[in-house]
Amino acid sequence: MINKFVNSAREAVEGIFDGATVLVGGFGGAGHPTELLHALIDQGARDLTVVNNNAGNHETGLAALIKAGRVRKMICSFPRASHSHVFNQMYKEGRIELECVPQGTIAERLHAAGAGLGGFFTRTSYGTRLAEGKEVREIDGHHYVFEKPLHGDFALVLAQKADRWGNLVYRKAARNFGPVMCMAAKTTIVQAKYLVELGDLDPEHIVTPGIFVDRVVEVRNPQISS
Amino acid sequence: MKRLTRNEMAARLARDIAPGSYVNIGIGMPELVANYLDPADEILLHSENGILGMGPQAKDDEIDGELLNAGKKPVTLLTGGAFFHHVDSFAIMRGGHLDLCIMGGMQVSSKGDLANWSLDRPGEPPAVGGAMDLAVGAKRVYILMEHNAKDGTPKLIDQCTLPVTGLGVVHRVYTDLAVVEIGPQGFVVIEKLVDISDDELRAATGAPLTFA
Repeated sequence: MINKFVNSAREAVEGIFDGATVLVGGFGGAGHPTELLHALIDQGARDLTVVNNNAGNHETGLAALIKAGRVRKMICSFPRASHSHVFNQMYKEGRIELECVPQGTIAERLHAAGAGLGGFFTRTSYGTRLAEGKEVREIDGHHYVFEKPLHGDFALVLAQKADRWGNLVYRKAARNFGPVMCMAAKTTIVQAKYLVELGDLDPEHIVTPGIFVDRVVEVRNPQISS
Repeated sequence: MKRLTRNEMAARLARDIAPGSYVNIGIGMPELVANYLDPADEILLHSENGILGMGPQAKDDEIDGELLNAGKKPVTLLTGGAFFHHVDSFAIMRGGHLDLCIMGGMQVSSKGDLANWSLDRPGEPPAVGGAMDLAVGAKRVYILMEHNAKDGTPKLIDQCTLPVTGLGVVHRVYTDLAVVEIGPQGFVVIEKLVDISDDELRAATGAPLTFA
């Protein structure tokens, strides 16, 4: 019997090792897996590379992980926000590295990783500082920049509902990076608001098929970190 | 010389959006454009975080922490709107599916180069978001920005001095003085928006102008 349900957030984040690359879902507060991140702080892994659209807000979730000194490097598109003081301070003090990547390039690099592609050419960032040092090719009269896949050792994702096979549905704009991060990680860890029986999710409406998911923990009322 | 207010600039740009267009509106001043769209025109707004058919900002009990816009503000969804994940959302942006994107600008060059993502201040972390994706991917790129910086420096210039977002990507600039198209020979003024002489407009601009 396949059963991906685990009993606690602590159990869900077991095995995340020092130096791991961790994909963290969410766009601002929507889809941010706050409870998994807090469990990761308790678990103790350090020197992490974290991929997220942002770099944490206020002092919960990702911002708390950064504040605890566990993140060596952030890969994100937009670290600066009105409440990103934790990251800003660490960056100013040279205590955290930053790789700034255009948002669509993060998404597509994750997709390439999940789909087994060796990379892709995109027009995004051509001629800009963010393309420096990257291979450029002219294809049918346009200039493209080569981007490599972005693999995660782990993904931490928030979903609305999950069944024990790991099939997922999301809610509203909390979906954002969830589906592609589930594909791109070796081990995908999900916090879902509701655990449901097999068959309760309409097969036509399942957004992430369970093959991309490894562990699911129920967190009924997640804290919003925005 | 009187200049247009931010709301007047937004209203002027809104008049040029065709009914039924799919449009992405950037953070900041472009957000004002949404206030001047007629719902009957069914101009559908896209938000990079996975929304098509985005409605006005949410009020009171409409506020939902899982329904935010690109600026992380709570919004609503129109009847008929859709949610999708980031790969689809950026395929919409990068794949040429949007009729129009409207962004703010720091500088636009006469070749249509755009600088709007970094003031290049030391110690400040770079933050690009979806700007470079929109710049290359939308069918048309309109920039809504003041004609001059606060100190009077022209923002329409020969060559961007700030880090660029994209090369040759801008089609048109709506300022507080004029509507300026990027043509093969550079800036073309297609409409003056205030009482200003051609020479005064030239003096406020950092590159040659022609008048349509």
